[in-house]
Amino acid sequence: MVGKTESQNGAVKATAAPAMNLESDLFSNFSFKSFKLKTKQQELLLRVSILGLVYILAFITRLFSVLRYESMIHEFDPYFNYRTTLFLTEKGFYEFWNWFDSESWYPLGRIIGGTLYPGLMVTAAFIYWTLRFLRFAVHIREVCVLTAPFFASNTTVVAYFFGKEIWDSGAGLVAAAFIAICPGYISRSVAGSYDNEGVAIFALLLTFYLFVKAVNTGSLAWALASAFGYFYMVSAWGGYVFIINLIPLYVLVLLITGRYSMRLYVAYNCMYVLGMLLAMQIRFVGFQHVQSGEHMAAMGVFFLMQVFYFLDWVKYMLSDTKLFQAFLRITVTSAIAVGALALGVGTASGYISPWTGRFYSLLDPTYAKDNIPIIASVSEHQPTAWSSFMFDFHILLFLFPAGLYFCFKKLSDATIFIVMYGLTSMYFAGVMVRLILVATPAVCLISAIAVSATIKNLTSLLRTKSKTAVAGSSKGTGGSKASSKASFDQSQPFQKNGAIALLLGAFYLLSKYATHCTWVTSEAYSSPSIVLAARGAHGNRVIFDDYREAYFWLRQNTPPDAKVMSWWDYGYQITAMGNRTVIVDNNTWNNTHIATVGRAMSSYEDEAYEIMRSLDVDYVLVVFGGVTGYSSDDINKFLWMVRIGGGVFPVIKEPDYLVNGDYRVDKGAAPKMLNCL
Amino acid sequence: MEALLRPRIMLSLTIILIPIFLFISGASSHQIRINNAERRIDLSTHIVKVFLTLKVENTGKTSASEILLAFPPTQVDHLAFLEALAATGKKKKKTYVSLAVKPTQLPDAPNETNYYTIVLANPLNTGETATLEILYILTHSLEPFPVEISQSESQLVYYRDSALILSPYHIKQQTTFIKIPSNKVESFTRVEPTDRAGNELKYGPYEDRPPYSYSPLLVHFENNNPFSVVEELVREVEISHWGNLQITEQYKLAHAGARHKGIFSRVDYQSKPTFSGVSSFKHLLARLPPRVHSVYYRDEIGNISTSHLRADSWKISELEIEPRYPLFGGWRATFVIGYGLPLEDFLFESSDGRRYLNFTFGCPLVETVVDKLTIKVVLPEGAKGPSAVVPFPVEQRLETKYSYLDVVGRTVVVLEKKNVVPVHNIPFQVYYTFKPIFMLAEPMMLASAFFLFFTACVAYLHVDLSIRK
Repeated sequence: MVGKTESQNGAVKATAAPAMNLESDLFSNFSFKSFKLKTKQQELLLRVSILGLVYILAFITRLFSVLRYESMIHEFDPYFNYRTTLFLTEKGFYEFWNWFDSESWYPLGRIIGGTLYPGLMVTAAFIYWTLRFLRFAVHIREVCVLTAPFFASNTTVVAYFFGKEIWDSGAGLVAAAFIAICPGYISRSVAGSYDNEGVAIFALLLTFYLFVKAVNTGSLAWALASAFGYFYMVSAWGGYVFIINLIPLYVLVLLITGRYSMRLYVAYNCMYVLGMLLAMQIRFVGFQHVQSGEHMAAMGVFFLMQVFYFLDWVKYMLSDTKLFQAFLRITVTSAIAVGALALGVGTASGYISPWTGRFYSLLDPTYAKDNIPIIASVSEHQPTAWSSFMFDFHILLFLFPAGLYFCFKKLSDATIFIVMYGLTSMYFAGVMVRLILVATPAVCLISAIAVSATIKNLTSLLRTKSKTAVAGSSKGTGGSKASSKASFDQSQPFQKNGAIALLLGAFYLLSKYATHCTWVTSEAYSSPSIVLAARGAHGNRVIFDDYREAYFWLRQNTPPDAKVMSWWDYGYQITAMGNRTVIVDNNTWNNTHIATVGRAMSSYEDEAYEIMRSLDVDYVLVVFGGVTGYSSDDINKFLWMVRIGGGVFPVIKEPDYLVNGDYRVDKGAAPKMLNCL
Repeated sequence: MEALLRPRIMLSLTIILIPIFLFISGASSHQIRINNAERRIDLSTHIVKVFLTLKVENTGKTSASEILLAFPPTQVDHLAFLEALAATGKKKKKTYVSLAVKPTQLPDAPNETNYYTIVLANPLNTGETATLEILYILTHSLEPFPVEISQSESQLVYYRDSALILSPYHIKQQTTFIKIPSNKVESFTRVEPTDRAGNELKYGPYEDRPPYSYSPLLVHFENNNPFSVVEELVREVEISHWGNLQITEQYKLAHAGARHKGIFSRVDYQSKPTFSGVSSFKHLLARLPPRVHSVYYRDEIGNISTSHLRADSWKISELEIEPRYPLFGGWRATFVIGYGLPLEDFLFESSDGRRYLNFTFGCPLVETVVDKLTIKVVLPEGAKGPSAVVPFPVEQRLETKYSYLDVVGRTVVVLEKKNVVPVHNIPFQVYYTFKPIFMLAEPMMLASAFFLFFTACVAYLHVDLSIRK
């Protein structure tokens, strides 16, 4: 028995990290020799310690950016989140809720409380207040920087329980280890990337886990918990739409495959009704939850569920099959008719709003390019390249189909869910780069099932050879084990060697994965993008801190009411670091306003001056990277200014800025290009 | 008088002579006579240092124990430091005795003249002479003109004073030397005999001037030294009896020279540093105590990567810092410098069992004026009876601060002083009593919290909480 736990554990350990491996080995040896613990206690101890180490690992691996640069907020959007969190901690919740921000979108302003997902800010503020209460004198910036790694650690725990729910605890541990270091997730949760996604993935996985648990147990308590998880998700990220569409889809699939049960009925109804009511409390969502097109599927499935239940009841009451068939036909026809009518009337009267542009662009990847340049201009909304799949998932990409195979082999309500989650999110990940993030937990879980099942089969093969007594192990490894045992009897020596080779191969792959993940994290995903680092001629690190230099100058040396015009990328950073009013920022809610700025940037100087006077602009911030070779400067983004400006003001035509279809910025550039601002 | 001194009028009139003869009656002013006065004004930086040597003779009937120094009201606002020494002995073996100086109000002071009284160590008897060495330091006394300059221009400033030493006493003979940083002098007031040699102007000698003689003097010269002014500096010194002294300094730095006009070209600035932005300053030097460690330099939006530290275990450590952008006239920058120091270098136990912190007052930045300096000494939790000993007058008060794991809060001794110059960098002491047992309070708190947590875990694993059986 002792041997069994150890080898099982070994399979798990290798996936996490070499350092962890060693430590838990020591730990297990120690616990075996000095205390004679019962097997169950040993297993618990091992599981808890492995999970604890994975938890710490997930946190530590995200700290590269802090060690290499400093404890600072990264990128663009996090600066807005940081600014709002600061406001929340200083002024309190009610002020925050009613905050009208006049510093952005001058002269329009922005109602912050009603146009953001407050989950992240409230979470960070809550952590901050808790630490303050416990007399830890931390700065709010440190809390914000470390929120994402902290939630990534929590995600590993959720992944463990999720894996345990859909497969077994071994798969759970592997899933936890995978997700702790998966680059697809790390890219959005390194220390300093204080963005909604950081907490949202935790909330997403938690909601899914609780829902699957509710479906598996049919318990009202779990369904309630999942509704609250959903509420947290809604408060944190716009990606909650994925949940509210995936779960009805899942329920629909279960209905079609004839897996309808009372458990499902309880879980879905409770989760939907309560989740909907809770979600409507978030001001940014509000009545959209019952009105907009994206949420209609959930409502449709809810009514379908009632019809199904009703039919079930009627079937129970009517003993006559023929009568029931007739009744069924009438009910289904009328239900569909009523549903279609309601949808049609709702859409026609404007009560149900149509789908938004972003949603369309998910279903039809070419939609944004043709219709909404502002969405297409964001680099993270581009379709995903194959290389970035490989970069973000590495071996998980190959393990994913294998895991699907195992899931199909052992179909249950839970595995159907994870299969559907995996397939849909993989599709979305292919459409938009940033949605790789949503696919990551599913890929990790499914791959973990593959790894866990494979290694378990192989080790059980080895063990039955050496010790036949173990055959009576209480751990159910399912049909695959039985079949392998049957085949093992026929050609024992060859199988044993093969199993060893395969195990070694698996360990090699997993260790490669760990190395790759660490490398990717340290090289690619830990740069704050506001401070640039390069290797100098002598191998020393050169740091370009020009952005902050400019923002700090604005902060210190311009009048406090100065208005700064820049392209919208820099809006959040100027308001957060420069503390000055901007014309447009990264919350791209008003396309016309952005187009005005684009027009100003791409017009002749005298026209541009007129536009700027009308916007009351005092300073213009432009970024030029020609001297240092920094590529994402304003010249590079200029074509998008032209396109977005041209989308609203037809005066601006893209061909005016091109020479024979090429974009040039040197002497040979188009005359309009050279003469514009 | 003030209206006449406006710069534009002064430009047209290069030489102006308004001797003011004012006679006041005062017992002391008649009996003291200054035989010889020599004044050296050092204008090489924006901190004006004036060395005054007075040979005083008592010509009255009774002995005198006090000497009055007079300052015009424009100077007294900028007076940062005043020190008087009595010199005794011959040239080679001169010994100096520091004398007490206190501000004095006289009821019938002409033109709002302000006075400081020097209290002599030994009263001056009739016919005796004494030599007094007086050093005083003026800040914000160089006025940039033109007020705005562009990046390529150099900075010109005015200095105003009186060619004759303002004094309530009769001065028999006096000379004034003014040292300027370079040879470039636009103009200077001539009060004959006036002489110029290189970077030194000589006014005098003037003979037999009555009390309260005044002759306006204006020098217009080039001064490209950085006019670094810290508008507000808060230094927090936190004592931890675990062996560390943590210092956090918050600066609000400004360039107080001629304001920058027009655009700033980074390319010009970097390609020809000798012509472009000569009056701006790129880097500052901070002198930190020896054995300094964990130095950081940051501002509200993050770390500033441009700094160099030359740490030394015996000598003064030097920290060279660069603000995010070069500071031109009128530009501002705020930043924070923090560092740790070994406690045994600064904390001592006095003979009566109390502990005292011996630390340097003032600002570690070289050649910098601090308009408002606040020093906060954070004593450890549980420290009692704090008292501060500072060699010059400061405002004092107590505060409470909560730091990591504090329950009752730490006592903070706050010292405030306006107009601080580098000569104020002298040690001060804060005395307090502290029982070492308080050191263990926080570790014990943490240990017990963890103990409770683990106990709860053990209890959870061993107790069956389910309702069903």
